[in-house]
Amino acid sequence: MPHSLPATPARDEQLFQHIVRLERVDMTFGRVQALSQVDFEVGRNEIVGLIGDNGAGKSTLIKIISGVLRPTAGTVWVRDQRVDPSSYSVRRAHDLRIETVHQTQSLGEKQPLWRNLFVGRQIVGRFGFIDVKKEKEIANQLLRKAIGFRGQGITAESTVRDLSGGERQGIAIARAMHFQADLIVLDEPTTALAVNEVRKVLSFIEGAKSGGRACIYIEHNLAHVHEVADRLVILDRGKVVRDVKKGELSLAELTSQMIALHEGHGDGHA
Amino acid sequence: MATRESLTARLLRIEGLPISTVLLLLVAVFMLVAPEVFLSYRIYMSFLANGAPLLVLAAGLTLLIAAGEIDLSFPSVVALSGWVLAYCIHQHEAPWLGLLLALLAGALVGFLNGVLVARVGIPSIIATLATQFLWGGITTVLSEGLSYSLSDIDELLVWKLLVGRIGPLPVQALWAVGLTAWLWLVLNRRRFGEHLLFIGDNAKVAEIVGVNTRREKTRAFVLMGVLGAFASVLLTLENQNFFNTQGAGYLLEVMAAVFIGGTSVFGGKASMVGTVAGSFIIVMVEAGIVATGVQGFWVRAVVGVVFLAAVVGHMLIEGPGKGITRVRLLRGKFGLNQGERS
Repeated sequence: MPHSLPATPARDEQLFQHIVRLERVDMTFGRVQALSQVDFEVGRNEIVGLIGDNGAGKSTLIKIISGVLRPTAGTVWVRDQRVDPSSYSVRRAHDLRIETVHQTQSLGEKQPLWRNLFVGRQIVGRFGFIDVKKEKEIANQLLRKAIGFRGQGITAESTVRDLSGGERQGIAIARAMHFQADLIVLDEPTTALAVNEVRKVLSFIEGAKSGGRACIYIEHNLAHVHEVADRLVILDRGKVVRDVKKGELSLAELTSQMIALHEGHGDGHA
Repeated sequence: MATRESLTARLLRIEGLPISTVLLLLVAVFMLVAPEVFLSYRIYMSFLANGAPLLVLAAGLTLLIAAGEIDLSFPSVVALSGWVLAYCIHQHEAPWLGLLLALLAGALVGFLNGVLVARVGIPSIIATLATQFLWGGITTVLSEGLSYSLSDIDELLVWKLLVGRIGPLPVQALWAVGLTAWLWLVLNRRRFGEHLLFIGDNAKVAEIVGVNTRREKTRAFVLMGVLGAFASVLLTLENQNFFNTQGAGYLLEVMAAVFIGGTSVFGGKASMVGTVAGSFIIVMVEAGIVATGVQGFWVRAVVGVVFLAAVVGHMLIEGPGKGITRVRLLRGKFGLNQGERS
């Protein structure tokens, strides 16, 4: 994974302290309380590892940040500016340079790669027609340079359903890279990947940090998060139960805490 | 794996090529069997005149099916808008107002469909089945079950502009082809069309990438309503007559045209070129069978055979969902690339 991201974010954006901050956020689906009173923030150039069991609310949290879901209550701030919830959307998040690589499928299976890279942010000409030639050109460049798909028979015209899990994840990450996010949200990006591909993702995250970007990294593999994160936030049943700098929590301590949480659930169900 | 694409793969990528070939083969067969009819231009002018409403409807429906939705209510739009136009001409001698109100009626029906499907969340097959009854019924009430004969409307400018003749060429064919070309652009080159494809592919993915699925779906239904109304205007003016069930025959034929053309019933994949070929196949089989001297009773059976053959053909070409694998397999089958099956 190359480090071709521009080194400096735009000038006017240097002044903020937190790229994103959530204050007392609640999220309910019917009678299910997915998040309750969550405070969460990400510094300007910080990698935050978000950890929690299945159903802890991690994906819900990042869906709020990326504009897919609207919180039931609470406040969201982006670059220290309060966000109007009624106008916050995926598109708005993109405009604010927040990019998300979702855990669930985030590509259109039957669509060619060039459409997948640009959908929602199409390059259009003066009369509103999609500039197909340009989109394909950039897509092919990305495939060759950024993802290293050279010689695998994958082109801008390839259909997503022909790709492996790792290749799909690569496309989703390449999409986030191309749009030069200031905050990249990665929801379990390594789940479908082979070992050597996992290293690529980890070095991509580190590269993002050295490029001045921030990152939220959700991961089940505790060793991976612990390796790259600056700060660790542990969610449990919709609540933040721990928020520490990495130096304050060793991998062994983190592991035993997660096991304790998990067993706690077991007792609850028994 | 090879980096060069085989000829087969490249040919398969040309939109609607297989079904267009079928259409041309069909024309050739008809020319052989009934040369006196099919070697004269008049039969084609008749196809163009009568096929125009079908093509407009099928092109519109292609967009909706691309988005994974369906509209069963367009036959009632064909009836309702036809009545609105006929009423304005017949009772008030206001054809332009009639045209405007007819299109508006279509837009309203479409908007209601869009609200029911995209906002209320009723599956489109149910919502539009219900509105099909609703507007069909209302048309019967409004027209009191009567048909209107619109004699002398071929004197009107609106008639000449929409369904007149340039030499032997029916003007409605130009409208239909022009609209279809525009809809091809909408589907393949506009954000709206791309959004519909992603919605049909996977609505959750569409939302994740920032598509406003509810708004785009509603727009698609409104567009279908307006196109249904326009088809109705062409039909009513061409026939110089309105009757309150005038859309009923179109429902299955239009759907058949779209699916024969290779648009996926599962959404996310659509071929406007295929729809054009499918529409002409439907129109031509009907006239062709009769012209070849076979009893007219056979028409539907032959349409069924062509339909099935087309669907099976598309399945073979598309494969069970593995594009590259499919091409590899095809190459293997044609002996072009032995030992490379995956």
